[in-house]
Amino acid sequence: MIITEKTRTGEYLSTVLKIILQRLALGLLTLFVVSILIFAAVNLLPGDFAQAILGQGATPEAVEAIRRDLGLDQPPITRYFQWLVGAVQGDLGNSFAQANFASFVGADSGNKASVAAQIAPRFWNTMFLAGVTALIAVPFSVLLGILAALYRNSAFDKFANMFTLSSISSPEFFLAYILILFLAVLNPVLPSLSNIYQGMGLGERLEKTLLPALTLTLVVTAHMMRMTRAAIINLLASPYIEMARLKGMSPMRVIVRHALPNALAPIINVVALNLAYLITGVVVVEVVFVYPGIGQLFVDSVKIRDIPVVQACCLIFAAAYILLNLTADIMSIVSNPRLRHPK
Amino acid sequence: MSRLLTMKDVWIEGRSDETWNPIINGVDLHLDKGEVLGLIGESGAGKSTMGLAAMGFCRDGVRISKGSVDFDGINLLKASAARKRALLGKRIAYVAQSAAASFNPAHRIIDQHTEGPVQHGVMSKSESERDAMELYAKLRLPDPENIGFRYPHQVSGGQLQRAMTAMAMSCRPDLIIFDEPTTALDVTTQIEVLASIRDIVEQFGTAAIYITHDLAVVAQMADRIKVLLKGDEVETAETRQMLSHPKAEYTKSLWAVREFKRPQKPAVHTSATPVVSVQGITAAYGKINVLHDVSFDIHEGRTVAVVGESGSGKSTTARCITGLLPPRGGVIEFDGVALPLDYRKRNKHQLRQVQMIYQMADTALNPRKTIGEIIGRPVEFYMGLKGRDKRRRVEELLDEIELPADRYIDRLPSELSGGQKQRIGIARALAAEPKFIICDEVTSALDQLVAEGILKLLARLQDERNLSYMFITHDLATVRSIADEVVVMKDGEVVEQGPKTDMFRPPHHPYTDLLLSSVPEMNPDWLSTLLAERGIDNIGDAAVGKMNQE
Amino acid sequence: MSVWLQIIGVLVACLALGWLLRFAGERVTGGRPFFRDMSLSVAFGYVVAVVVLIWIIWSYYLARTLVAPEVNKYFFFRLAIEGFLLFAAAAWLFRLLGRSVGTAGSKKLFRQMPLTASFGLFTILIYALLAIFAGVIAPHGQEQILQGVAANIPPGGDPAIGGSADYPLGTDQIGRDILSRLIYGAQNTVGIAFATTCLAFFIGGTLGFLAATLGGWLDQILSRTVDVLMAIPSLIFALLLMTIASAWAGSEKGLLTFYMVIIIAVIDSTRVFRLARAVGVNIVVMDYIEAAKLRGEGLTYLIFKEILPNATAPLLAEFGLRFCFVFLTIASLSFLGVGIQPPLADWGTMVRDLAQFINFAAFAPRVASAPLLAAGAIALLTVAVNFVVDWMLHRTTGLKE
Repeated sequence: MIITEKTRTGEYLSTVLKIILQRLALGLLTLFVVSILIFAAVNLLPGDFAQAILGQGATPEAVEAIRRDLGLDQPPITRYFQWLVGAVQGDLGNSFAQANFASFVGADSGNKASVAAQIAPRFWNTMFLAGVTALIAVPFSVLLGILAALYRNSAFDKFANMFTLSSISSPEFFLAYILILFLAVLNPVLPSLSNIYQGMGLGERLEKTLLPALTLTLVVTAHMMRMTRAAIINLLASPYIEMARLKGMSPMRVIVRHALPNALAPIINVVALNLAYLITGVVVVEVVFVYPGIGQLFVDSVKIRDIPVVQACCLIFAAAYILLNLTADIMSIVSNPRLRHPK
Repeated sequence: MSRLLTMKDVWIEGRSDETWNPIINGVDLHLDKGEVLGLIGESGAGKSTMGLAAMGFCRDGVRISKGSVDFDGINLLKASAARKRALLGKRIAYVAQSAAASFNPAHRIIDQHTEGPVQHGVMSKSESERDAMELYAKLRLPDPENIGFRYPHQVSGGQLQRAMTAMAMSCRPDLIIFDEPTTALDVTTQIEVLASIRDIVEQFGTAAIYITHDLAVVAQMADRIKVLLKGDEVETAETRQMLSHPKAEYTKSLWAVREFKRPQKPAVHTSATPVVSVQGITAAYGKINVLHDVSFDIHEGRTVAVVGESGSGKSTTARCITGLLPPRGGVIEFDGVALPLDYRKRNKHQLRQVQMIYQMADTALNPRKTIGEIIGRPVEFYMGLKGRDKRRRVEELLDEIELPADRYIDRLPSELSGGQKQRIGIARALAAEPKFIICDEVTSALDQLVAEGILKLLARLQDERNLSYMFITHDLATVRSIADEVVVMKDGEVVEQGPKTDMFRPPHHPYTDLLLSSVPEMNPDWLSTLLAERGIDNIGDAAVGKMNQE
Repeated sequence: MSVWLQIIGVLVACLALGWLLRFAGERVTGGRPFFRDMSLSVAFGYVVAVVVLIWIIWSYYLARTLVAPEVNKYFFFRLAIEGFLLFAAAAWLFRLLGRSVGTAGSKKLFRQMPLTASFGLFTILIYALLAIFAGVIAPHGQEQILQGVAANIPPGGDPAIGGSADYPLGTDQIGRDILSRLIYGAQNTVGIAFATTCLAFFIGGTLGFLAATLGGWLDQILSRTVDVLMAIPSLIFALLLMTIASAWAGSEKGLLTFYMVIIIAVIDSTRVFRLARAVGVNIVVMDYIEAAKLRGEGLTYLIFKEILPNATAPLLAEFGLRFCFVFLTIASLSFLGVGIQPPLADWGTMVRDLAQFINFAAFAPRVASAPLLAAGAIALLTVAVNFVVDWMLHRTTGLKE
């Protein structure tokens, strides 16, 4: 019997590994196609777009720098692969705005203008914000979701439904300003501007991040809680839960032993999907709170048409989004007992 | 014998659309220790609800509004939640219809088995595991020492159903509720499960409520039978009494369904051209072969029944004939002319000649169209009738299927009963004025009385119009009543074929034999006789003995 | 830190009170099942609910009795409570009206309607009226620069801080009436979002049903394309494409708005495609479709006569959800400054322009209410649509059971 167990585990590993590798390959392929898409979209810019990008007031040096930077004399496919290889190695090109600025002051555009140098600190800021949000939102919403499912159709469930529906429906900036109004202006508990700089202490940093994080929490919690609730209700309707109750098991045991092992897959799925949702939310929230993250940089670059930065941010967002969806996918495969114990 | 369970004047309601509708209307029920009560009725009779109420349990959206449930001196409707939990699983156990769905996919079978005894403090984990293996052996499960260590999805449906019976037995309860435990199983599997359930209940002297819609099954299992109809009790009597002398009209009609038999038509002349001739067809879904070299003929005015268990390829054969699944090889002839294999290549005339009636009338009729539109479309499409002519033709067709035209022509399918919907399906097929109709399990979703009506209608239409039927079914009772010829299929191959009279007379193929003998009969001694014939001793004692020696 | 300690203290007290409540209830009622089978978490829930209710009533009492400047703190609270009650009452009256006026069918519909759904319908109706009759209702034109009126009048209508009662929401930096622009915003923001959603449905719905009915390579190509397009978060994708569109549009602001409609419609049509295809595939496997195919029916008959009538309920619900999504995306883009372009009045842009007034809340709450009014107008409509969709989904799934 020990031997059969071993072979079973082996089979499990090989089946699951195969599926995971398949999904990973698919994710990479998607990312590859997305990168083509992003690159191609930028090449749709009209005419001599170095001029179009910078507008009429640009210095000839800046226009020339951009032409050289984009390698306009080369065919698009070569340019694409140069860009891709660079991106994989962490070289995301030079920022137009920085190049332009550098040419005005006559300094060497060198290191400071590189997109990677510009994005790196902001990337970690955004990760910090997302991390704080996830830390608050995930346990909170899963707990609330389970409670709403257990006491479904009660006053609590109806109130939660109304509340979450309202917070999903509200634009992020509305929630942000409401929180600013009550928590920063009327009751000065938290700062309304998140001026974060390097070398800040964790406590202070946390305090300044809390308000944007709370805003995102409101949105994400609502989504996550509703989906958790739906998943759990779906699960509680299964015949094996009824069977456990008919075996005289206590409500606690029904939940912990019979529902949770099966609920894990859908809940993990919900969490990963909603963290992916954070990506969209982060853009608006960072702008409202002037939080120095990648979202704010993205919006600023869109406004001044700083193409290399827009491309790079887009690629990062898309990669994060694909990665999270992939995680959701793989987690639900790994936690499926039918796959874990093949026939 | 002492009284175990008394249910008095029980009223149960279910909620839909914010109102409470009655499910059970004041039914009494009592059960002595060690007695088996059969609870039968058609779908919607409230059998399952009544069974759960016997455990003091209601599903969500259902409530017991009145009455009392008294189990061995304990009032289940007034007892506290904790008190009830101490009874459930320990003294009252439940066996559900679908074992595959009722076992938790995340835990091993034996861990779910031992959970009850351990939590209720009846046995230790290791005692309970040993006991489980003995029960598995008694229930004739293969490899009783190891099967429990598998996960539910690794075990077949029939075996799971027995494992669930073992689980119900784990605390040696006084009462077990069996809720249609064999309905989802094939006939040949059903018989093993029935035999093991009956033996183990007898051996431990457990009282049971056996819920089913199948009279022949309940006749084997129960000491006493209670018949329910739409939440009301029709009658209760000892099994033999009930079978030989049913009192109520409804019960009599249920019994009479089994009597319907159509005389067999004389054999066809061998030189006659068959209406449909299937010659050596082979078919596959992707790379998996599902049909191997299937051949049979269907003659004018005859019914060929295609019989087999699920997965035998009978419905696939139908899909090949209609052209939905073009076969990989073989020929399908209609009136001696080969049909294009893909339905898209067939012309309107060829499509018109082959019509189909489906198993699930619910999905066969577009829920957004009125009856008039559903039947009117083929009339218009094939016959080119429009306006008043079309309506007159639809009315004629409704008359043919015995539904008053003026009352039904403007209704939606959702406003009709299951039997009425199936009649509309027949009318739609007739509207094309075909020579050949495929009936795919047309009666298996219907209650027996309604099914009989459909069979009679089909027989009359065949006589009037000289139609040919291909009748797909897994129910041999239906074959007996309507078929002229029988084709038995197994694993995508034809095992045996021939006229009905030959098929029901030995000798035949071993599989046909197994299939035929597994169909439960109304005789209460049928199961015992059959088991004796097959040489299976009453209880798996031999197996247990063997296990103990090791 | 002390705030958190206070909160934890209150919660612990609630737990103790909950235990007491259950214990007392069981004693007093002699073991009624309600108290006997109550779990501690439920008892805790009841106590918390009561505490919150008391706190709300107490705060409202303060809001009515205090005087400035302390009352400023409670101004928005009072506004929220009164607004909530007002809308609840209006929704209730609206439902009452619906129950007594109209056909038998509509009366029945209103009888089964929850208050949230009637609130939603009522609100949507008001928005529709506002959008259609904006020209009649608004005191001034949206692009009209008022002659002889100062620019940058702060909102609130309080002369003490430079406001004017004639312009309750003030004027903008070039002297346009903000109230009028808010009313016109209904026309522009809602109208553009509606048109975009319709376009998205036209593209996504058509392709989705085609993919579902035909299957095969067409389905494969379309589905894979949509997979890739959906791998980029929609707001990010929209921003990227808007960058390019703005280069194309140059200084023509109207053209940019038009591009935005196209871009968002295309991005959103991927979601519509997914749903339409899923719904279509579920219907295509039905036996009645098989029967129609075997009858020899053509593709147009299959899609329009057999599939579409069965897909209307989920598609209608999806239309509501998509509308909300499109509406929020456009509002976000405008808020970020790359959406609907001036001189068209639009709520997202207004929120951004008026946002700095929020900081006035502590001493001049009326001034601070202007940006919240614009943001609230967006939120209110999406909430209303979501409530109606929620009810519709509940009803259709309820019917299935």
